[in-house]
Amino acid sequence: MAGEDERHLRERLSRLRGLPLLRGARLRGDLDRFRKQLDQIEAQPSEETWRLVEIARHSQRPYTLDYVDRLFEDFVELHGDRARAEDPALITGLGRFNGKTVAIIGQQKGRDLNERQHRNFGMPHPEGYRKGMRLMEIAQRHEFPIVTFLDSPGAYPGVAAEQHGQGGAIARSQALMARLTVPLVACIIGEGNSGGAIAIGLVDRVLMQENAIYSVISPEGCAAILWRDGAEKVKAAVALQPDALHCLNLGVIDDIVPEPSGGAHLNPDEAARLLGESLGDTLDQLSALPGEQLREQRRERYRRIGVYSALGAETALRNGS
Amino acid sequence: MAEPRIDVSIEHKNRPESSDGDSKHPNTCPSCGSHYRDDELKANLGVCQQCGHHFPVGARDRIAQLVDQGTFREEASELRSEDPLGFFDLRPYPERLAEAEVSTGLGDAMVIGSAAIDNEPCELAIMDFSFMGGSMGSVVGEKLARAVDSAVERRVPLVSVTASGGARMQEGILSLMQLPKTVCAIEDLRDARCGFISVMSHPTTAGVLASFASLGDVIVAEPGALLAFTGPRVVQQTTREKLPEDFGLAESNLRFGHLDSIVPRTELKPFLARTLRLFSNGR
Repeated sequence: MAGEDERHLRERLSRLRGLPLLRGARLRGDLDRFRKQLDQIEAQPSEETWRLVEIARHSQRPYTLDYVDRLFEDFVELHGDRARAEDPALITGLGRFNGKTVAIIGQQKGRDLNERQHRNFGMPHPEGYRKGMRLMEIAQRHEFPIVTFLDSPGAYPGVAAEQHGQGGAIARSQALMARLTVPLVACIIGEGNSGGAIAIGLVDRVLMQENAIYSVISPEGCAAILWRDGAEKVKAAVALQPDALHCLNLGVIDDIVPEPSGGAHLNPDEAARLLGESLGDTLDQLSALPGEQLREQRRERYRRIGVYSALGAETALRNGS
Repeated sequence: MAEPRIDVSIEHKNRPESSDGDSKHPNTCPSCGSHYRDDELKANLGVCQQCGHHFPVGARDRIAQLVDQGTFREEASELRSEDPLGFFDLRPYPERLAEAEVSTGLGDAMVIGSAAIDNEPCELAIMDFSFMGGSMGSVVGEKLARAVDSAVERRVPLVSVTASGGARMQEGILSLMQLPKTVCAIEDLRDARCGFISVMSHPTTAGVLASFASLGDVIVAEPGALLAFTGPRVVQQTTREKLPEDFGLAESNLRFGHLDSIVPRTELKPFLARTLRLFSNGR
C-alpha cells in the first residue's frame, strides 16, 4: 500500500513547504511531522495490523463469560436494570476472586448465530449500562472491587437505543465510575470500541491482552467517515493504531497481558490463567490504597491524558507533563 | 424543496457549488425556502424570521450573543492540537488543522473563558462546529477541564454550548480518552458544588453527547437540534429500521425525558440569566 500513499503524502509535503501562511513555528513542526509520517508509511506493516484486528474478533476467542467461568468462584449473574429491560449484551454479577467478592461487568458476544443475536453481537442498549450502574452501586455499598471486561464493537446504534438515551447512559455510567471509592480494573479482552466500551472503562488500571484492540471507532466506521468508503478498513486500522503497545505508549493502558502463542483462542485456559495473574497483582496493589485516594488518583489519571501544545512553548505537552 | 433537517451541511460549506445549487439564491433558508438578508439574520441571532429555523452559530458569535458586553475573558487560547499518531486519511491531520485555523480564526473547536450573563458571573465553554465538525480531541478535552478549574476557583457555574460530531478520530484512542477526562472534570465541578448548565445546539452527537454534555444539572437544547449518540444515517444503514420523522431531534429527546427544555436562541440569554440566578441563590 505504501506506493500510492507515499506519493500522495510527498505531494502534500511539497505543497505545505511552499505555503507562506500563518505562524511559521507551527508549520515548521508540521513539516517535521510529515517527514516522520513518510518514514512510518514506508515501514508500515499493514497486514500485521489487520491480522491483529482479526484475532481480536476471532469467533473462537474467549468472551467475558469464558473468563468469568475460569477466574471466579460462586459466580451469580444478576439481571435487569430495574426500570425497563434485561440486556443480554452486557452481563453483570458477583463472584469470588482469590477468596474475595468482586463485582463483574462485561460486554458479552455470542458464539453461534442464535447466541450472537441473543447477545446483540455484544452491542449494549442503554438498559445494559443502567444494569451495570446498578452493580456499581451494590459494589460501592459493600466495598467490592469492580472488574470490567471490554469486548464490544460499540454501543448499539438503533432507534430504541437512542430514544432510551444511549448517549446519556454512557455519560452517566462513566460519571458514576468517577465517584466510586472501590478499586476499578478494566480488562480489554477483544475489541474495545468507542463510547460503548469506555462506558465501563473509566478505571484505576487498564489491562489489555496483547491481541486485543482499543479504539475510538471501528476501522470500518472510520473508513466510512474519513475515506467515505468502508472498504478502506485496513488503511483506517493502520492509521488508528489500535494495538496494545501503542495504547501503552500513550499512557492509555497500564499493562499488556500476554496470550498463549498464536492467540487466546488457541488455549483459553492458559489465556485465563495469564489474565488472572495480572488481575490478581493489580487488585492487590489497589486494595492497599484508601478509597478517597483511589478516586483522586483515578481522576488525576484522566486529567493527564492528552497530547497538545501551547503557542510559544517549545515542545508538545505530552500527557500534560 | 426543503432539505431534511438532519443534514450537517456546514461541514461542507466550502465545497464547490453543486449543479442544482447554481439555480438557488445563496441566502435561502434550508427549512422554509424564504430568502434573507445577512444583516437581518445576524440581528435575529441566526434564526429565520419566517420559520424559526436555527442557523449554525460560530463560537465567537455565540459568545457575543450571550454575554454582557466587554465581560468575556478568554482562557487557554494558546492551546493547539498536536498530531501524536501521525494521522493521515485522505489528507494529513496537521493540514486539516491548519486549514481549520485559517478558515475559522480559532485555535480549536472550543473557546473557554469567564464572563457575566445579565450580571451573573459564570464560566463559558463554547464549541464551534465549523472547526473540524466540532470534534473533540486533546485540546477540547483539556479546555473543558480548564474551564472547570476556572469555575471551581471562582465558585461560579459552568455554561457549555455544544456543537459536535463527536470524538476527533485523527487523535485515535486519545480522543476516546477525552470522554472520561471531561466526565472526571465535571465530577470535580459537582464536588465543588458549582452548577452546570448544558446547552445542546445542532448537532450534539456521539462522544460529546456521551460525556460532559449529558451531565448538566440543567440540560436544554435549541429547536430542531440533532442530539443523538449515533446519527440517523448510520442507524438506518446498520439496522434498516424505519426511522421516526423526528429521530434524534431535540423535540424527540424532550418527549423521551432527556432534556429539561427546548429554548429558542432568541430566549437563551434571559433563560441562562434566570437559571444562573437560581444556582447562585443570592450569594
